[in-house]
Amino acid sequence: MFDKEVVKQLEDKARALRKNVIVSVGVNYPGHIGGSFSAADVMAALYFHKMKHDPKNRYMPDRDRLILSKGHIAILQYAALAEAGYFPKEELVDTKQLHSMLQGHPDLIKSGHIGIEAGTGSLGQGLSIGAGMALGLRMDGIVATTYVIMGDGELAEGQNWEAAMSAVTFKLDNLVAILDKNNKQAQGTIEGRFSLGDILEKWKAFGWNVIEVDGHNMEDILRGLYAADEAKGKPTVIISNTVKGKGIGFSEEHPVGMHNAALTQEQYDNAMISFSRRD
Amino acid sequence: MPHTNQRTAYGQALVDMGRKNKNIVVLDADLGSSTMGRMFENEFPDRHLEVGIAEANMTSMAAGLALVGKVPFTNSFAVFSTGRSYDQIRQSIAIGNVNVKICGSSAGLSDFGDGATHQSIEDIAIMRALPHFTVISPFDANEAYQAALAAVEHNGPVYLRLNRNDYDSITPEDKPFIIGEPVIMKDGSDVAVLATGYMVHVALEAAKSLEGKVSVKVVNIHTIKPLDSGKVRAALGACKSVVTVEEHSIIGGLGSAVAEALRHDPVPMEFIGLNDTFGRSAHNYKELLEYFELTPEKVAQAILKIKK
Repeated sequence: MFDKEVVKQLEDKARALRKNVIVSVGVNYPGHIGGSFSAADVMAALYFHKMKHDPKNRYMPDRDRLILSKGHIAILQYAALAEAGYFPKEELVDTKQLHSMLQGHPDLIKSGHIGIEAGTGSLGQGLSIGAGMALGLRMDGIVATTYVIMGDGELAEGQNWEAAMSAVTFKLDNLVAILDKNNKQAQGTIEGRFSLGDILEKWKAFGWNVIEVDGHNMEDILRGLYAADEAKGKPTVIISNTVKGKGIGFSEEHPVGMHNAALTQEQYDNAMISFSRRD
Repeated sequence: MPHTNQRTAYGQALVDMGRKNKNIVVLDADLGSSTMGRMFENEFPDRHLEVGIAEANMTSMAAGLALVGKVPFTNSFAVFSTGRSYDQIRQSIAIGNVNVKICGSSAGLSDFGDGATHQSIEDIAIMRALPHFTVISPFDANEAYQAALAAVEHNGPVYLRLNRNDYDSITPEDKPFIIGEPVIMKDGSDVAVLATGYMVHVALEAAKSLEGKVSVKVVNIHTIKPLDSGKVRAALGACKSVVTVEEHSIIGGLGSAVAEALRHDPVPMEFIGLNDTFGRSAHNYKELLEYFELTPEKVAQAILKIKK
């Protein structure tokens, strides 16, 4: 359905993003590798295929917006923005250093100029911010899509459901939520903490257009992203089934998928070799 | 017509600004007929967003609207527009210096009947603790109207604290509101009373009651933040001591802000406000202010005490 070459290129980009994340995290300092890796394939599809954006014209009014409601995976967005040319990749190693613009969570003042669209980090707020953006853009007659990447752990925050109702009330078909459903949160499994229930039915009951994809299958991700464009008069949520830490064995096998983990030098070297080999 | 109610003055300001500035949008959480967001809604239904009883969502949506160029005002009672959505304000508005205007309506004890749950006694404290925020507590309705205009001219987040009840305006209708500028309401050379909101009225009455005994200066501090040390010092003039009066907890409010501003050049101070207590229900505003000793008599007593 999609050009094999395009899919292949995006898979390569996803690998490059994972590598950039490892570079950002470095050795001995913790970084949110797990949740970044679960969302890496979706992120690659958005920044290198689906989203309308241009690092040379980064404030163009009709650009598509990407908000990370799960703001702790800022390193994945930095990885994509550096890869896309918003800032030099050499700066990734400075992530979270005292004078770096690359903060632990997306920061409008320090990194608004490199393509960060909203300040997030306190979970459960990104969908509301996205709804406000989508509404504001529609008021101005600007055709652009606002994408919000959410985690499944943060669905315990009630504000998400306020936003879910609001986005339907305002008929925001220019809003696409992508639920990075990796079934884990900081301290363990989600089912061990709260019941998501039938998450597809839940979103449907709120009035959303619901699409389910395999979040590590590039063709399926693209299918979902294009299907979201077809929704009229209501917002879309793409339930992206993923694996926390996807991409490197030691990360996938970790009990909570290396939620916020420091790498040993050996792990770092192995990761770099594994992501470079297929470059 | 001079305004006699801060809420309707604010509603009128929104309408008047809305005519000139198409980017102004107003959000309400099911209290539009109380916050007077309804006035804007009647005029500009497409730019008024009723979000339901969901203040957290309202506040973050406002951040999103501002990030695509809108100038959003979020309306609710002060306890809700600040307290219920404090984290949203902090995370998505304050940290990024996002251009959202937050209206704290029915602030202080002014919603006398509803009791402690609806009476904001800590909103100034929490809002002024947030970097990037400007905190405005206008004296009367005419000033509230102008303050709303000034909030739009200011590029950055603003908290606007409004009283619910009717009282006459003293501020001239067309007096421009200058953020951060103390307003001398009555000159004097012994004791300076620095007050905010309706308490400026109370301070003026106290000063009047002491005429011939104490030379009392009354200063309207309508901007709690920024509060420039030099401007506060200049406003004191020859006065050697200060009484602050606020319809708010004395912890973290106007009195604290003034004390911080004068910390390198301190003067004796007395603080009049709520003494680490919540409000309560009463049948009318006056009765409640008397209960909490926010009266001209108590202010006069404080003036006499600190003059000694």
